[in-house]
Amino acid sequence: MLAVILCIVFLLMVVVPVVYAERKVAAFMQDRMGPTEAGPHGILQPLLDVLKLLEKEDIIPANADKPLFAYAPIVIFAAVLAGFAVIPVSPSIISSGAYLGVFYLLAIVSLDIIGLLMAGWGSNNKYAVLGAMRSVGQIVSYEIPAGLAVLSVVMICQSLDFQEISFQQGILMNQFAGLEEETNYLFGLKALGLDVTRIGGITTWNIVRMPFLIIGFVIYFISSLAECNRAPFDIPEAESELVAGFHVEYSGFRFAALFLAEYSLMILVSLVAVILFLGSWNTPLPNLGAVTLANWTTGSVGAWSGNLWGIFWLLSKTLLLVYTQIWIRWTYPRLRVDQLMHLCWKVFTPIALGLVLLAGVWRLLMI
Amino acid sequence: MKEYTANKYNNSFLSVVSALTRGMKLTLKHFFQAGKRREATNVNDKNYFNQTQGLATLTYPYESIPVPEVGRYRLHNEIDDCIVCDLCAKICPVNCIEIESVKATEDIGLTSDGTKKRLYAATFNIDLAKCCYCGLCTTVCPTDCLTMTKVYDFPETNVKNMIYHFTDLTPEQVLEKKQKLEKQQQEVALAKAAAIKPRQEEK
Repeated sequence: MLAVILCIVFLLMVVVPVVYAERKVAAFMQDRMGPTEAGPHGILQPLLDVLKLLEKEDIIPANADKPLFAYAPIVIFAAVLAGFAVIPVSPSIISSGAYLGVFYLLAIVSLDIIGLLMAGWGSNNKYAVLGAMRSVGQIVSYEIPAGLAVLSVVMICQSLDFQEISFQQGILMNQFAGLEEETNYLFGLKALGLDVTRIGGITTWNIVRMPFLIIGFVIYFISSLAECNRAPFDIPEAESELVAGFHVEYSGFRFAALFLAEYSLMILVSLVAVILFLGSWNTPLPNLGAVTLANWTTGSVGAWSGNLWGIFWLLSKTLLLVYTQIWIRWTYPRLRVDQLMHLCWKVFTPIALGLVLLAGVWRLLMI
Repeated sequence: MKEYTANKYNNSFLSVVSALTRGMKLTLKHFFQAGKRREATNVNDKNYFNQTQGLATLTYPYESIPVPEVGRYRLHNEIDDCIVCDLCAKICPVNCIEIESVKATEDIGLTSDGTKKRLYAATFNIDLAKCCYCGLCTTVCPTDCLTMTKVYDFPETNVKNMIYHFTDLTPEQVLEKKQKLEKQQQEVALAKAAAIKPRQEEK
Protein backbone atom coordinates (compact mmCIF):
# COMPACT_ATOMS: atom_id res chain seq x y z
CA MET A 1 0.00 0.00 0.00
CA LEU A 2 2.80 2.39 0.93
CA ALA A 3 4.55 1.61 -2.34
CA VAL A 4 1.40 2.52 -4.31
CA ILE A 5 1.05 5.85 -2.49
CA LEU A 6 4.75 6.63 -2.99
CA CYS A 7 4.40 5.70 -6.64
CA ILE A 8 1.37 7.98 -7.10
CA VAL A 9 3.16 10.85 -5.36
CA PHE A 10 6.23 10.33 -7.55
CA LEU A 11 4.00 10.14 -10.63
CA LEU A 12 2.28 13.39 -9.68
CA MET A 13 5.68 15.01 -9.26
CA VAL A 14 6.46 14.12 -12.87
CA VAL A 15 2.99 14.51 -14.40
CA VAL A 16 2.29 17.98 -13.00
CA PRO A 17 5.45 19.51 -14.55
CA VAL A 18 4.71 17.66 -17.80
CA VAL A 19 1.21 19.18 -17.92
CA TYR A 20 2.75 22.60 -17.32
CA ALA A 21 5.41 21.93 -19.96
CA GLU A 22 2.77 20.85 -22.44
CA ARG A 23 0.92 24.14 -22.06
CA LYS A 24 4.04 26.27 -22.15
CA VAL A 25 5.65 24.43 -25.08
CA ALA A 26 2.39 24.57 -27.02
CA ALA A 27 2.13 28.27 -26.36
CA PHE A 28 5.72 29.00 -27.37
CA MET A 29 5.38 27.03 -30.59
CA GLN A 30 2.34 29.11 -31.46
CA ASP A 31 3.89 32.45 -30.40
CA ARG A 32 1.65 32.67 -27.33
CA MET A 33 2.62 32.96 -23.66
CA GLY A 34 0.76 30.12 -21.95
CA PRO A 35 -0.17 30.38 -18.28
CA THR A 36 1.30 33.53 -16.71
CA GLU A 37 -0.93 34.47 -13.79
CA ALA A 38 -0.72 31.70 -11.16
CA GLY A 39 2.69 32.02 -9.55
CA PRO A 40 5.85 33.20 -11.34
CA HIS A 41 5.47 32.34 -15.05
CA GLY A 42 2.28 30.46 -14.14
CA ILE A 43 4.07 27.48 -12.59
CA LEU A 44 1.22 26.88 -10.14
CA GLN A 45 -1.33 26.54 -12.94
CA PRO A 46 -1.41 22.70 -13.23
CA LEU A 47 -1.51 22.33 -9.43
CA LEU A 48 -4.44 24.73 -9.19
CA ASP A 49 -6.15 22.92 -12.09
CA VAL A 50 -5.95 19.69 -10.11
CA LEU A 51 -7.29 21.46 -7.00
CA LYS A 52 -10.15 22.89 -9.04
CA LEU A 53 -11.01 19.44 -10.43
CA LEU A 54 -11.03 17.94 -6.93
CA GLU A 55 -13.38 20.66 -5.69
CA LYS A 56 -15.91 20.11 -8.45
CA GLU A 57 -19.17 18.24 -8.11
CA ASP A 58 -19.07 14.59 -9.15
CA ILE A 59 -21.74 14.46 -11.85
CA ILE A 60 -23.06 11.10 -13.07
CA PRO A 61 -25.52 11.42 -15.98
CA ALA A 62 -29.04 10.20 -15.14
CA ASN A 63 -29.10 7.59 -17.90
CA ALA A 64 -25.52 6.42 -17.48
CA ASP A 65 -24.69 2.85 -16.56
CA LYS A 66 -23.62 3.87 -13.08
CA PRO A 67 -21.20 1.11 -12.01
CA LEU A 68 -19.43 1.13 -15.40
CA PHE A 69 -19.28 4.92 -15.43
CA ALA A 70 -18.00 5.12 -11.87
CA TYR A 71 -15.31 2.43 -12.07
CA ALA A 72 -13.95 3.13 -15.57
CA PRO A 73 -11.47 5.86 -14.46
CA ILE A 74 -10.20 3.59 -11.72
CA VAL A 75 -9.68 0.70 -14.17
CA ILE A 76 -7.86 2.95 -16.61
CA PHE A 77 -5.65 4.53 -13.98
CA ALA A 78 -4.94 1.21 -12.26
CA ALA A 79 -3.89 -0.36 -15.56
CA VAL A 80 -1.44 2.44 -16.29
CA LEU A 81 -0.14 2.59 -12.73
CA ALA A 82 0.42 -1.19 -12.67
CA GLY A 83 2.68 -0.80 -15.70
CA PHE A 84 5.12 1.26 -13.63
CA ALA A 85 5.77 -1.71 -11.32
CA VAL A 86 8.32 -3.34 -13.63
CA ILE A 87 10.16 -0.16 -14.67
CA PRO A 88 13.76 -0.07 -13.41
CA VAL A 89 14.72 3.40 -12.20
CA SER A 90 18.43 2.77 -11.60
CA PRO A 91 20.80 -0.26 -11.50
CA SER A 92 19.53 -1.18 -8.03
CA ILE A 93 16.04 0.33 -7.82
CA ILE A 94 13.16 -1.57 -9.38
CA SER A 95 9.76 -2.15 -7.78
CA SER A 96 9.37 -5.63 -9.20
CA GLY A 97 12.21 -7.36 -11.02
CA ALA A 98 9.88 -9.75 -12.81
CA TYR A 99 11.49 -12.12 -15.33
CA LEU A 100 8.52 -11.52 -17.64
CA GLY A 101 8.51 -7.74 -17.16
CA VAL A 102 8.14 -6.84 -20.83
CA PHE A 103 5.33 -9.32 -21.37
CA TYR A 104 3.58 -8.21 -18.17
CA LEU A 105 3.79 -4.55 -19.17
CA LEU A 106 2.36 -5.10 -22.66
CA ALA A 107 -0.44 -7.20 -21.15
CA ILE A 108 -1.35 -4.90 -18.27
CA VAL A 109 -1.34 -1.73 -20.34
CA SER A 110 -3.74 -3.42 -22.78
CA LEU A 111 -6.21 -3.60 -19.89
CA ASP A 112 -6.57 0.13 -20.44
CA ILE A 113 -8.85 -0.67 -23.39
CA ILE A 114 -11.45 -2.27 -21.12
CA GLY A 115 -11.55 0.88 -19.04
CA LEU A 116 -11.95 3.03 -22.15
CA LEU A 117 -14.81 0.90 -23.42
CA MET A 118 -16.44 0.97 -19.96
CA ALA A 119 -16.19 4.76 -19.89
CA GLY A 120 -17.55 5.18 -23.41
CA TRP A 121 -20.38 2.69 -23.06
CA GLY A 122 -21.27 3.68 -19.50
CA SER A 123 -21.64 7.36 -20.40
CA ASN A 124 -24.65 6.57 -22.64
CA ASN A 125 -23.56 9.32 -24.99
CA LYS A 126 -23.06 8.91 -28.71
CA TYR A 127 -19.83 10.88 -28.79
CA ALA A 128 -18.44 8.86 -25.92
CA VAL A 129 -19.31 5.54 -27.59
CA LEU A 130 -17.80 6.70 -30.89
CA GLY A 131 -14.67 7.89 -29.13
CA ALA A 132 -14.33 4.69 -27.14
CA MET A 133 -14.78 2.51 -30.23
CA ARG A 134 -12.25 4.51 -32.20
CA SER A 135 -9.86 4.40 -29.28
CA VAL A 136 -10.16 0.65 -28.82
CA GLY A 137 -9.84 -0.02 -32.55
CA GLN A 138 -6.76 2.16 -32.70
CA ILE A 139 -5.06 0.75 -29.61
CA VAL A 140 -5.69 -2.88 -30.55
CA SER A 141 -4.30 -2.23 -34.04
CA TYR A 142 -1.23 -0.34 -32.95
CA GLU A 143 -0.30 -2.89 -30.32
CA ILE A 144 0.75 -5.20 -33.15
CA PRO A 145 3.55 -3.08 -34.69
CA ALA A 146 4.54 -1.86 -31.22
CA GLY A 147 4.61 -5.43 -29.95
CA LEU A 148 6.65 -6.60 -32.94
CA ALA A 149 9.16 -3.77 -32.44
CA VAL A 150 9.47 -4.75 -28.78
CA LEU A 151 9.81 -8.38 -29.83
CA SER A 152 12.82 -7.60 -31.99
CA VAL A 153 14.50 -5.98 -28.98
CA VAL A 154 13.65 -8.99 -26.87
CA MET A 155 15.19 -11.25 -29.52
CA ILE A 156 18.39 -9.20 -29.55
CA CYS A 157 18.59 -9.17 -25.74
CA GLN A 158 17.27 -12.70 -25.22
CA SER A 159 15.41 -11.53 -22.13
CA LEU A 160 11.98 -10.32 -21.01
CA ASP A 161 13.42 -8.74 -17.87
CA PHE A 162 13.63 -4.96 -18.06
CA GLN A 163 16.53 -4.86 -15.63
CA GLU A 164 18.54 -7.41 -17.61
CA ILE A 165 17.85 -5.50 -20.85
CA SER A 166 19.04 -2.34 -19.06
CA PHE A 167 22.28 -3.93 -17.81
CA GLN A 168 23.09 -5.24 -21.29
CA GLN A 169 23.20 -1.69 -22.64
CA GLY A 170 26.09 -0.30 -20.60
CA ILE A 171 29.42 -0.79 -18.88
CA LEU A 172 27.78 -2.49 -15.87
CA MET A 173 26.76 -5.51 -17.95
CA ASN A 174 29.04 -8.03 -16.29
CA GLN A 175 27.74 -7.11 -12.83
CA PHE A 176 24.32 -8.60 -13.57
CA ALA A 177 23.85 -12.19 -12.39
CA GLY A 178 23.97 -14.41 -15.48
CA LEU A 179 25.75 -11.93 -17.74
CA GLU A 180 29.24 -12.19 -16.17
CA GLU A 181 30.80 -13.81 -19.25
CA GLU A 182 28.96 -11.75 -21.89
CA THR A 183 30.74 -9.39 -24.28
CA ASN A 184 29.33 -6.45 -26.24
CA TYR A 185 30.75 -6.04 -29.72
CA LEU A 186 30.37 -2.86 -31.79
CA PHE A 187 27.09 -3.11 -33.78
CA GLY A 188 26.70 -6.49 -32.07
CA LEU A 189 28.84 -8.10 -34.77
CA LYS A 190 31.26 -10.62 -33.32
CA ALA A 191 33.03 -10.80 -36.68
CA LEU A 192 34.11 -7.16 -36.36
CA GLY A 193 35.92 -8.13 -33.17
CA LEU A 194 35.65 -4.66 -31.57
CA ASP A 195 34.94 -5.26 -27.89
CA VAL A 196 32.97 -2.31 -26.48
CA THR A 197 31.97 -3.89 -23.15
CA ARG A 198 34.33 -1.53 -21.27
CA ILE A 199 33.65 1.46 -23.54
CA GLY A 200 29.94 1.55 -22.86
CA GLY A 201 27.99 4.76 -23.42
CA ILE A 202 26.05 5.09 -26.62
CA THR A 203 28.04 2.27 -28.29
CA THR A 204 26.22 -0.35 -26.23
CA TRP A 205 22.70 1.02 -26.58
CA ASN A 206 20.32 -1.31 -28.37
CA ILE A 207 19.92 1.01 -31.34
CA VAL A 208 23.70 0.75 -31.90
CA ARG A 209 24.05 -2.93 -30.98
CA MET A 210 21.59 -3.64 -33.76
CA PRO A 211 21.47 -0.51 -35.95
CA PHE A 212 18.23 -1.52 -37.66
CA LEU A 213 16.50 -1.14 -34.29
CA ILE A 214 16.38 2.58 -35.05
CA ILE A 215 13.54 1.64 -37.41
CA GLY A 216 12.02 -0.37 -34.58
CA PHE A 217 12.36 2.65 -32.31
CA VAL A 218 10.55 4.91 -34.79
CA ILE A 219 7.78 2.35 -35.25
CA TYR A 220 7.45 1.86 -31.49
CA PHE A 221 7.45 5.61 -30.81
CA ILE A 222 4.78 6.37 -33.41
CA SER A 223 2.66 3.41 -32.28
CA SER A 224 2.98 4.56 -28.69
CA LEU A 225 1.56 7.94 -29.71
CA ALA A 226 -1.46 6.07 -31.03
CA GLU A 227 -1.71 4.04 -27.83
CA CYS A 228 -1.74 7.20 -25.70
CA ASN A 229 -4.37 8.78 -27.99
CA ARG A 230 -1.91 11.61 -28.61
CA ALA A 231 -1.96 13.84 -31.67
CA PRO A 232 -1.64 13.19 -34.57
CA PHE A 233 -3.52 10.00 -33.62
CA ASP A 234 -6.01 11.68 -31.29
CA ILE A 235 -9.13 10.76 -33.25
CA PRO A 236 -10.69 9.14 -30.15
CA GLU A 237 -10.54 12.49 -28.36
CA ALA A 238 -10.86 14.76 -31.39
CA GLU A 239 -12.12 17.93 -29.72
CA SER A 240 -13.44 19.35 -32.96
CA GLU A 241 -15.63 16.40 -33.89
CA LEU A 242 -16.25 14.27 -30.79
CA VAL A 243 -16.04 17.02 -28.14
CA ALA A 244 -13.73 14.94 -25.95
CA GLY A 245 -14.37 11.35 -26.95
CA PHE A 246 -14.85 8.74 -24.24
CA HIS A 247 -14.44 11.18 -21.34
CA VAL A 248 -16.96 13.75 -22.55
CA GLU A 249 -19.34 13.10 -19.61
CA TYR A 250 -16.70 13.07 -16.91
CA SER A 251 -16.03 15.88 -14.48
CA GLY A 252 -14.35 16.53 -11.18
CA PHE A 253 -12.27 13.83 -9.57
CA ARG A 254 -13.06 11.17 -12.17
CA PHE A 255 -11.92 13.46 -14.96
CA ALA A 256 -8.77 14.19 -12.98
CA ALA A 257 -8.09 10.43 -12.77
CA LEU A 258 -8.55 10.03 -16.54
CA PHE A 259 -6.35 13.04 -17.22
CA LEU A 260 -3.67 11.73 -14.87
CA ALA A 261 -3.86 8.29 -16.52
CA GLU A 262 -3.40 9.84 -19.95
CA TYR A 263 -0.29 11.76 -18.96
CA SER A 264 1.07 8.82 -16.95
CA LEU A 265 0.69 6.62 -20.03
CA MET A 266 2.66 9.18 -22.03
CA ILE A 267 5.47 8.92 -19.50
CA LEU A 268 5.20 5.13 -19.28
CA VAL A 269 5.53 4.55 -23.04
CA SER A 270 8.46 6.98 -23.17
CA LEU A 271 10.12 5.12 -20.30
CA VAL A 272 9.66 1.81 -22.13
CA ALA A 273 11.06 3.31 -25.34
CA VAL A 274 14.10 4.57 -23.44
CA ILE A 275 14.67 1.25 -21.66
CA LEU A 276 14.28 -0.91 -24.75
CA PHE A 277 16.04 1.23 -27.36
CA LEU A 278 17.93 4.15 -25.85
CA GLY A 279 20.11 2.54 -23.23
CA SER A 280 17.77 2.68 -20.22
CA TRP A 281 19.48 4.30 -17.22
CA ASN A 282 22.94 4.04 -18.86
CA THR A 283 24.97 7.11 -19.63
CA PRO A 284 25.28 8.14 -23.29
CA LEU A 285 28.95 9.09 -22.78
CA PRO A 286 31.50 6.39 -23.73
CA ASN A 287 34.90 5.68 -22.14
CA LEU A 288 37.50 7.15 -24.46
CA GLY A 289 40.94 5.83 -23.48
CA ALA A 290 42.07 7.62 -20.32
CA VAL A 291 38.99 9.86 -20.34
CA THR A 292 36.60 7.44 -18.68
CA LEU A 293 33.44 9.50 -19.20
CA ALA A 294 31.17 6.46 -18.84
CA ASN A 295 32.69 5.47 -15.48
CA TRP A 296 32.44 9.03 -14.19
CA THR A 297 28.77 9.36 -15.15
CA THR A 298 27.63 5.93 -13.98
CA GLY A 299 28.64 5.60 -10.35
CA SER A 300 28.67 2.24 -8.60
CA VAL A 301 25.78 -0.19 -8.34
CA GLY A 302 23.85 0.02 -5.08
CA ALA A 303 25.55 3.24 -3.97
CA TRP A 304 24.00 6.70 -3.97
CA SER A 305 26.05 7.73 -6.98
CA GLY A 306 24.78 4.82 -9.10
CA ASN A 307 21.17 5.48 -8.17
CA LEU A 308 21.31 9.22 -8.75
CA TRP A 309 23.10 8.91 -12.10
CA GLY A 310 20.63 6.18 -13.13
CA ILE A 311 17.60 8.28 -12.24
CA PHE A 312 19.15 11.32 -13.92
CA TRP A 313 19.89 9.61 -17.24
CA LEU A 314 16.59 7.71 -17.34
CA LEU A 315 14.52 10.80 -16.53
CA SER A 316 16.34 13.11 -18.90
CA LYS A 317 16.02 10.70 -21.81
CA THR A 318 12.37 10.11 -20.97
CA LEU A 319 11.58 13.80 -20.71
CA LEU A 320 13.29 14.36 -24.06
CA LEU A 321 10.90 11.83 -25.59
CA VAL A 322 7.94 13.41 -23.79
CA TYR A 323 9.04 16.75 -25.22
CA THR A 324 9.08 15.16 -28.67
CA GLN A 325 5.54 13.89 -28.10
CA ILE A 326 4.41 17.40 -27.20
CA TRP A 327 6.34 18.84 -30.13
CA ILE A 328 4.66 16.41 -32.55
CA ARG A 329 1.25 17.17 -31.09
CA TRP A 330 1.58 20.88 -31.77
CA THR A 331 3.00 20.40 -35.25
CA TYR A 332 0.89 17.85 -37.07
CA PRO A 333 -2.83 17.78 -37.86
CA ARG A 334 -4.98 14.80 -36.95
CA LEU A 335 -5.04 11.72 -39.19
CA ARG A 336 -8.26 10.37 -40.66
CA VAL A 337 -9.43 6.94 -39.46
CA ASP A 338 -8.60 5.23 -42.76
CA GLN A 339 -5.16 6.87 -42.92
CA LEU A 340 -4.52 5.72 -39.36
CA MET A 341 -5.40 2.12 -40.14
CA HIS A 342 -3.48 2.27 -43.42
CA LEU A 343 -0.35 3.37 -41.58
CA CYS A 344 -0.73 0.62 -39.03
CA TRP A 345 -1.68 -2.42 -41.11
CA LYS A 346 -0.10 -1.69 -44.48
CA VAL A 347 3.08 0.11 -43.45
CA PHE A 348 4.16 -0.57 -39.90
CA THR A 349 3.10 -4.20 -39.51
CA PRO A 350 5.00 -5.48 -42.60
CA ILE A 351 8.09 -3.43 -41.72
CA ALA A 352 7.98 -4.63 -38.11
CA LEU A 353 7.62 -8.26 -39.27
CA GLY A 354 10.68 -7.80 -41.49
CA LEU A 355 12.50 -6.27 -38.54
CA VAL A 356 11.74 -9.31 -36.36
CA LEU A 357 13.24 -11.54 -39.03
CA LEU A 358 16.27 -9.28 -39.32
CA ALA A 359 16.67 -9.23 -35.53
CA GLY A 360 16.73 -13.03 -35.50
CA VAL A 361 19.48 -13.09 -38.14
CA TRP A 362 21.40 -10.35 -36.31
CA ARG A 363 21.25 -12.31 -33.07
CA LEU A 364 22.96 -15.20 -34.84
CA LEU A 365 25.79 -12.81 -35.82
CA MET A 366 26.09 -11.65 -32.20
CA ILE A 367 26.99 -15.04 -30.68
CA MET B 1 -12.78 2.01 -62.72
CA LYS B 2 -10.85 5.21 -62.65
CA GLU B 3 -9.60 6.13 -59.23
CA TYR B 4 -10.34 9.68 -58.21
CA THR B 5 -8.09 11.25 -55.70
CA ALA B 6 -7.91 14.68 -54.19
CA ASN B 7 -4.22 14.31 -53.59
CA LYS B 8 -2.23 16.31 -56.10
CA TYR B 9 1.01 16.27 -54.12
CA ASN B 10 4.08 14.16 -54.50
CA ASN B 11 3.39 11.19 -52.28
CA SER B 12 6.78 9.50 -52.37
CA PHE B 13 8.30 8.42 -49.06
CA LEU B 14 11.17 10.90 -49.19
CA SER B 15 9.01 13.90 -50.04
CA VAL B 16 6.60 13.03 -47.22
CA VAL B 17 9.47 12.68 -44.75
CA SER B 18 10.99 15.97 -45.86
CA ALA B 19 7.62 17.71 -45.54
CA LEU B 20 7.18 16.30 -42.03
CA THR B 21 10.71 17.41 -41.09
CA ARG B 22 10.06 20.90 -42.38
CA GLY B 23 6.95 21.10 -40.20
CA MET B 24 8.88 20.01 -37.12
CA LYS B 25 11.65 22.51 -37.87
CA LEU B 26 9.13 25.33 -38.15
CA THR B 27 7.58 24.72 -34.74
CA LEU B 28 11.01 24.22 -33.18
CA LYS B 29 12.17 27.53 -34.65
CA HIS B 30 9.21 29.29 -33.04
CA PHE B 31 9.91 27.48 -29.76
CA PHE B 32 13.46 28.83 -29.67
CA GLN B 33 12.31 32.33 -30.57
CA ALA B 34 10.00 32.36 -27.55
CA GLY B 35 12.54 34.36 -25.55
CA LYS B 36 11.68 37.40 -27.64
CA ARG B 37 8.56 39.52 -27.33
CA ARG B 38 6.88 41.71 -29.89
CA GLU B 39 6.80 45.26 -28.60
CA ALA B 40 3.57 47.01 -27.78
CA THR B 41 3.99 49.70 -30.42
CA ASN B 42 1.40 51.72 -32.22
CA VAL B 43 0.59 51.01 -35.84
CA ASN B 44 2.23 54.33 -36.72
CA ASP B 45 5.55 53.02 -35.40
CA LYS B 46 8.22 52.40 -38.03
CA ASN B 47 8.91 48.90 -36.72
CA TYR B 48 5.29 47.82 -36.41
CA PHE B 49 5.38 45.54 -39.47
CA ASN B 50 9.01 44.49 -39.02
CA GLN B 51 8.44 42.49 -35.86
CA THR B 52 8.25 38.96 -37.22
CA GLN B 53 9.76 37.04 -34.31
CA GLY B 54 8.78 36.30 -30.75
CA LEU B 55 5.63 35.99 -28.72
CA ALA B 56 2.74 38.00 -30.09
CA THR B 57 0.64 37.98 -26.91
CA LEU B 58 0.09 41.25 -25.08
CA THR B 59 -0.53 40.76 -21.36
CA TYR B 60 -3.31 43.32 -21.58
CA PRO B 61 -3.97 44.93 -18.25
CA TYR B 62 -0.19 45.18 -17.71
CA GLU B 63 0.71 46.22 -21.24
CA SER B 64 -1.30 47.84 -23.97
CA ILE B 65 -0.80 49.21 -27.44
CA PRO B 66 -0.67 53.02 -27.20
CA VAL B 67 -3.79 54.72 -28.54
CA PRO B 68 -3.33 57.56 -31.06
CA GLU B 69 -3.96 61.13 -29.90
CA VAL B 70 -7.13 61.19 -31.98
CA GLY B 71 -8.57 58.07 -30.33
CA ARG B 72 -12.38 58.11 -30.32
CA TYR B 73 -13.33 56.53 -27.03
CA ARG B 74 -14.79 57.92 -23.80
CA LEU B 75 -16.54 61.31 -24.10
CA HIS B 76 -15.47 64.21 -21.95
CA ASN B 77 -17.23 67.53 -21.51
CA GLU B 78 -15.29 70.55 -20.31
CA ILE B 79 -18.23 72.12 -18.49
CA ASP B 80 -16.54 75.52 -18.09
CA ASP B 81 -16.54 75.90 -21.87
CA CYS B 82 -20.04 74.52 -22.39
CA ILE B 83 -22.80 76.91 -23.39
CA VAL B 84 -25.49 74.23 -22.83
CA CYS B 85 -26.80 74.68 -26.38
CA ASP B 86 -28.27 71.14 -26.46
CA LEU B 87 -26.99 70.51 -30.00
CA CYS B 88 -25.17 67.35 -28.93
CA ALA B 89 -28.28 65.90 -27.33
CA LYS B 90 -30.28 66.65 -30.47
CA ILE B 91 -27.84 65.02 -32.91
CA CYS B 92 -27.18 61.94 -30.81
CA PRO B 93 -28.55 58.92 -32.70
CA VAL B 94 -28.98 56.84 -29.54
CA ASN B 95 -30.17 59.61 -27.19
CA CYS B 96 -27.49 59.00 -24.62
CA ILE B 97 -27.05 62.67 -23.66
CA GLU B 98 -29.51 64.24 -21.22
CA ILE B 99 -29.38 68.00 -20.74
CA GLU B 100 -31.45 70.30 -18.59
CA SER B 101 -30.62 73.99 -18.65
CA VAL B 102 -31.45 76.91 -16.34
CA LYS B 103 -31.23 80.47 -17.58
CA ALA B 104 -28.70 82.53 -15.72
CA THR B 105 -29.98 85.59 -13.93
CA GLU B 106 -26.63 87.33 -13.89
CA ASP B 107 -23.54 87.50 -16.08
CA ILE B 108 -21.72 84.15 -15.88
CA GLY B 109 -18.72 84.97 -18.04
CA LEU B 110 -17.22 83.71 -21.25
CA THR B 111 -15.95 80.37 -22.52
CA SER B 112 -12.30 80.04 -23.41
CA ASP B 113 -13.06 80.83 -27.07
CA GLY B 114 -14.95 83.99 -26.14
CA THR B 115 -18.55 82.84 -26.46
CA LYS B 116 -20.88 84.34 -23.88
CA LYS B 117 -22.45 81.81 -21.51
CA ARG B 118 -26.14 82.37 -20.73
CA LEU B 119 -27.29 79.03 -19.34
CA TYR B 120 -26.43 76.87 -16.38
CA ALA B 121 -26.26 73.12 -16.96
CA ALA B 122 -28.60 71.80 -14.29
CA THR B 123 -28.12 68.31 -15.74
CA PHE B 124 -25.50 67.17 -18.22
CA ASN B 125 -25.48 63.36 -18.22
CA ILE B 126 -23.92 61.11 -20.82
CA ASP B 127 -24.85 57.43 -20.60
CA LEU B 128 -21.71 55.76 -22.01
CA ALA B 129 -23.39 52.39 -21.84
CA LYS B 130 -25.68 53.61 -24.60
CA CYS B 131 -23.08 55.61 -26.51
CA CYS B 132 -22.21 54.25 -29.96
CA TYR B 133 -19.00 56.28 -30.27
CA CYS B 134 -20.04 57.86 -33.57
CA GLY B 135 -18.55 61.21 -32.57
CA LEU B 136 -21.40 63.29 -34.07
CA CYS B 137 -21.82 65.24 -30.82
CA THR B 138 -18.21 66.40 -30.92
CA THR B 139 -18.55 67.69 -34.49
CA VAL B 140 -21.64 69.78 -33.76
CA CYS B 141 -20.30 71.23 -30.53
CA PRO B 142 -19.90 74.97 -31.21
CA THR B 143 -17.34 75.60 -28.49
CA ASP B 144 -15.40 72.30 -28.85
CA CYS B 145 -15.98 71.53 -25.19
CA LEU B 146 -17.28 68.00 -25.88
CA THR B 147 -14.41 65.77 -26.98
CA MET B 148 -13.53 62.11 -27.30
CA THR B 149 -10.56 60.93 -25.25
CA LYS B 150 -8.06 58.09 -25.45
CA VAL B 151 -9.57 56.23 -22.47
CA TYR B 152 -11.26 53.04 -23.64
CA ASP B 153 -11.04 50.79 -20.60
CA PHE B 154 -13.68 51.96 -18.13
CA PRO B 155 -15.86 49.01 -17.17
CA GLU B 156 -18.17 49.24 -14.14
CA THR B 157 -19.81 46.58 -12.02
CA ASN B 158 -23.01 48.64 -11.81
CA VAL B 159 -24.44 49.88 -15.10
CA LYS B 160 -25.67 53.07 -13.38
CA ASN B 161 -22.05 54.07 -12.95
CA MET B 162 -21.74 54.22 -16.72
CA ILE B 163 -23.75 57.44 -16.63
CA TYR B 164 -21.26 60.29 -16.39
CA HIS B 165 -22.42 63.52 -14.70
CA PHE B 166 -20.63 66.57 -16.06
CA THR B 167 -22.49 69.39 -14.33
CA ASP B 168 -20.52 71.43 -11.82
CA LEU B 169 -23.58 72.44 -9.81
CA THR B 170 -24.91 70.63 -6.76
CA PRO B 171 -28.69 69.98 -6.59
CA GLU B 172 -28.97 72.75 -3.95
CA GLN B 173 -27.23 75.23 -6.23
CA VAL B 174 -29.56 74.22 -9.09
CA LEU B 175 -32.56 74.82 -6.86
CA GLU B 176 -31.13 78.18 -5.85
CA LYS B 177 -30.58 79.17 -9.49
CA LYS B 178 -34.11 78.10 -10.37
CA GLN B 179 -35.57 80.14 -7.52
CA LYS B 180 -33.51 83.14 -8.56
CA LEU B 181 -34.74 82.79 -12.13
CA GLU B 182 -38.34 82.46 -10.97
CA LYS B 183 -38.00 85.50 -8.77
CA GLN B 184 -36.46 87.50 -11.61
CA GLN B 185 -39.20 86.41 -13.96
CA GLN B 186 -41.84 87.43 -11.43
CA GLU B 187 -40.15 90.81 -11.03
CA VAL B 188 -40.06 91.21 -14.78
CA ALA B 189 -43.71 90.24 -15.00
CA LEU B 190 -44.58 92.73 -12.28
CA ALA B 191 -42.53 95.43 -13.99
CA LYS B 192 -44.26 94.67 -17.25
CA ALA B 193 -47.65 94.80 -15.60
CA ALA B 194 -46.68 98.07 -13.98
CA ALA B 195 -45.57 99.42 -17.32
CA ILE B 196 -48.75 98.34 -19.08
CA LYS B 197 -51.14 99.69 -16.38
CA PRO B 198 -50.88 103.48 -17.13
CA ARG B 199 -51.44 102.81 -20.81
CA GLN B 200 -54.56 100.81 -20.07
CA GLU B 201 -55.80 103.59 -17.80
CA GLU B 202 -55.31 106.12 -20.61
CA LYS B 203 -57.75 104.18 -22.68
